[in-house]
Amino acid sequence: MSWLYDFHGGIHPPQHKDAATGSPIQALPLPPQLHIALAQSVGNAARPTVAVGQHVRKGETLAEPDGRLSAAVHAPTSGTITAIGPHPFAHPSGLPVDTVTLQPDGLDEWQPRQPLDWQQADAATLRQHLQAMGVVGLGGAVFPTHLKLAAGKLATLVVNGAECEPFISCDDLLMRERAAGIVDGIRIAAHALQAGEVLIGIEDNKPQAIAAMQAACAGTAYRVVSIPTKYPSGGAKQLIRILTGIEVPHGIRATDLGVQCLNVGTLYAIAHAVLHGEPLLSRIVTVTGAVARAANYEVAIGTPLAWLLQQAGMSDPNADVIMGGPMMGITLPDLAAGLPKAGNCLIAKNAALFPPRPAEQACIRCGDCASVCPAELQPMDLFWFAKSRQFGKAQERHLFDCIECGACSYVCPSQIPLVDYYRFAKSEIWAAERDKKSASLARQRHEFRQFRIERDKSEKAARVAARAAEQAAKLANQTASPVPAPAATGMDDAKKAAIAAALARAAAQKEAKPLSEQHTSGLDDAKQAAIQAAMARAAARKAAAEAAKAGDAANPDSTATATPAQTGMDDAKRAAIEAAMARAAARKAAAEAAKAGDAANPDSTATATPAQTGMDDAKRAAIEAAMARAAARKAVAEAKKDAAS
Amino acid sequence: MTTLLYALLVMVALALLLGAILGYASVRFKVDADPLVDKIDDILPQTQCGQCGHPGCRPYAEAIASGEEDINKCPPGGEDGIRKLAELLGVDFKPFDAGAAQPKPKAVALIDEATCIGCTLCIQACPVDAILGSAKQMHTIIASECTGCELCLPPCPVDCIRMIPHGTDLTNWKWRYPTIPIKAVKP
Ligand code: SF4
Ligand code: SF4
Ligand code: SF4
Ligand code: SF4
Repeated sequence: MSWLYDFHGGIHPPQHKDAATGSPIQALPLPPQLHIALAQSVGNAARPTVAVGQHVRKGETLAEPDGRLSAAVHAPTSGTITAIGPHPFAHPSGLPVDTVTLQPDGLDEWQPRQPLDWQQADAATLRQHLQAMGVVGLGGAVFPTHLKLAAGKLATLVVNGAECEPFISCDDLLMRERAAGIVDGIRIAAHALQAGEVLIGIEDNKPQAIAAMQAACAGTAYRVVSIPTKYPSGGAKQLIRILTGIEVPHGIRATDLGVQCLNVGTLYAIAHAVLHGEPLLSRIVTVTGAVARAANYEVAIGTPLAWLLQQAGMSDPNADVIMGGPMMGITLPDLAAGLPKAGNCLIAKNAALFPPRPAEQACIRCGDCASVCPAELQPMDLFWFAKSRQFGKAQERHLFDCIECGACSYVCPSQIPLVDYYRFAKSEIWAAERDKKSASLARQRHEFRQFRIERDKSEKAARVAARAAEQAAKLANQTASPVPAPAATGMDDAKKAAIAAALARAAAQKEAKPLSEQHTSGLDDAKQAAIQAAMARAAARKAAAEAAKAGDAANPDSTATATPAQTGMDDAKRAAIEAAMARAAARKAAAEAAKAGDAANPDSTATATPAQTGMDDAKRAAIEAAMARAAARKAVAEAKKDAAS
Repeated sequence: MTTLLYALLVMVALALLLGAILGYASVRFKVDADPLVDKIDDILPQTQCGQCGHPGCRPYAEAIASGEEDINKCPPGGEDGIRKLAELLGVDFKPFDAGAAQPKPKAVALIDEATCIGCTLCIQACPVDAILGSAKQMHTIIASECTGCELCLPPCPVDCIRMIPHGTDLTNWKWRYPTIPIKAVKP
């Protein structure tokens, strides 16, 4: 006999369990339709693998797991898929979720079952098998079980048979009637987790269950421990504390301390999945409260809740129904939903069992809530921060350690629905975190886009400059042959470079302009074309002016310097290139002006009238360039003559 | 006299040494960006819609940090955003100006793919590259990356982009603030 420990706080609400424990587990006929929601576990909803109209056999996979945190969903009986789509779901939101609707054919015909040789199989195979069999935590949290078996090399496996919440008795009946199956499950889980010790915690208000489990565990090292009845001893952290004395601190998982906790229903499902190859198709549900035949029923997953309650003899069809217990359960918004794997208990409310809660009063800081909180929080502070929406402060005070057990709301003399505030605060914090995540994604993408635009712009400019140079070289080659007797020019290099740069810049601008204009302005096309034409004209004029200036400058320069006779060849070529470039630019400008499709057209064809059009300017530039060249040639010739004489 | 000299020398030497250390530290541990801008930018929703009159959230953050701009200019951030900015900057909460744009429910853009002519204009407008497509090909929007900024709506020449408000599903459903429920009387 080892020590039992106590956890902080806790309450002793009235049990109300007897109504449903008087009779054994009841079987039910198949309902006319099954609504099997695809979101059956924590994590991602399963992906449907069947089509409407398809016939499926019992145990066939309806939907496969989507990712690691997900489990498969199966057909609870043979029949035909009549619909896949949104359907009400057993969730406080009342939001419809994707659901497979199955019409049973009444044959209940199994697909071939494949048990797993668990003693030979390695841990990964076992986990995969459990995921494919859709085994999830049946204590109410529906966490995919294969992930809970991932720990390995545990000191202690805690089996949760406490079932502390009032009204619920499905685990009690399961232990009474199917203890052997549970022990099979324990064997498999203990093997997978390499658990050193197995402790089965059962509250002492279930003597028959304790006896049955003790009988089933005879000859094994598993210890059945009777624990004092106190709510919420069935919380994982609380039960671990009671049985092992280990306090699981804030932010640490129990497995890190060598403990894992599994519910008896889950273990039974593991045994079925592994030893018989049967997926999780049904569960035991306590149906109680204001019903005529309160009992534990074995119900196929997806059974419509309204139908189930009707079978149990619910008197008032409009009564509110709680799924889960009165402390932690949720009031169902729509009874058309199918039974989910999480549905351990349905309680039909009536005024006798659930008198309406008096109106909320102000908190008097009596501290009762803090003295019962099993998580050792300060519920009144959390309440204050949640109510005033100071979520950061609530989080600092470990709001997320709250297991929403409802003990604080139960004792609060001011009748404050404390848990509702905590749920509200938690979902606000989650939403804020989601927003934060998407904001940082958007920020990254925006920054990358800005970087990309910058990069594209500079790359484009470089490309355009390169192309301009190439074109100029080509043109120079073409014009080099007709130009007779190349001679030196006096044009100095700096000026040439400046002109070339200006030309490249103009070209680049012209290329870049339409892009940026599309971004910013809503200028209509005509206007844009006109502006472009004007810019081209200006560029041509500038080029011409510069060429002319170069020509003017060539005269005095060449007379003064007689020496560059040997470099004359080069310079002449360069001058030709420049002139060609100027001409090309002018031609391009003219073409664009013509394209603009306004009054420029007739003018440019009728070249006789020297007007302000691009064509004229281009011609003039060409003429001027030619004149400059001629002047340069003459100057060089004169210089030569001078030198000779 | 020599004592005085020594003392002076020691003081001067110390001053030089400490000055050198400080100078080095100021270079070595230089803070590149204004941390306040980062903090403000962190609060802004990064919708990048430009409704604040700035070309994106960061420029607005910079404008707030330099005191040029009020804190109530970002409709996507909502009043919550203003509250957080007020708290960060130690100023009073300020509601949205009456005439200015007001917050509206979050939405994502959806291209009617049958109508889309593949003009690429929306791609160029999208601040977060959430639109896929190439010239003359049908375009589509990656919903998870769309911030709902609506900048792609005006450039579309065939008006085929619509804003679809975010629906609620199990992943983003929230518990409501506890209030006394009003129950419809069932007939
Ligand atoms: S029990 Fe209720 S009234 Fe008392 S301190 Fe807690 S919240 Fe306040
Ligand atoms: S609901 Fe949360 S705060 Fe209240 S007693 Fe339970 S754990 Fe503590
Ligand atoms: S208005 Fe738009 S661009 Fe400006 S800060 Fe808000 S989300 Fe960013
Ligand atoms: S797709 Fe449209 S609404 Fe969405 S982020 Fe891009 S531009 Fe904004």
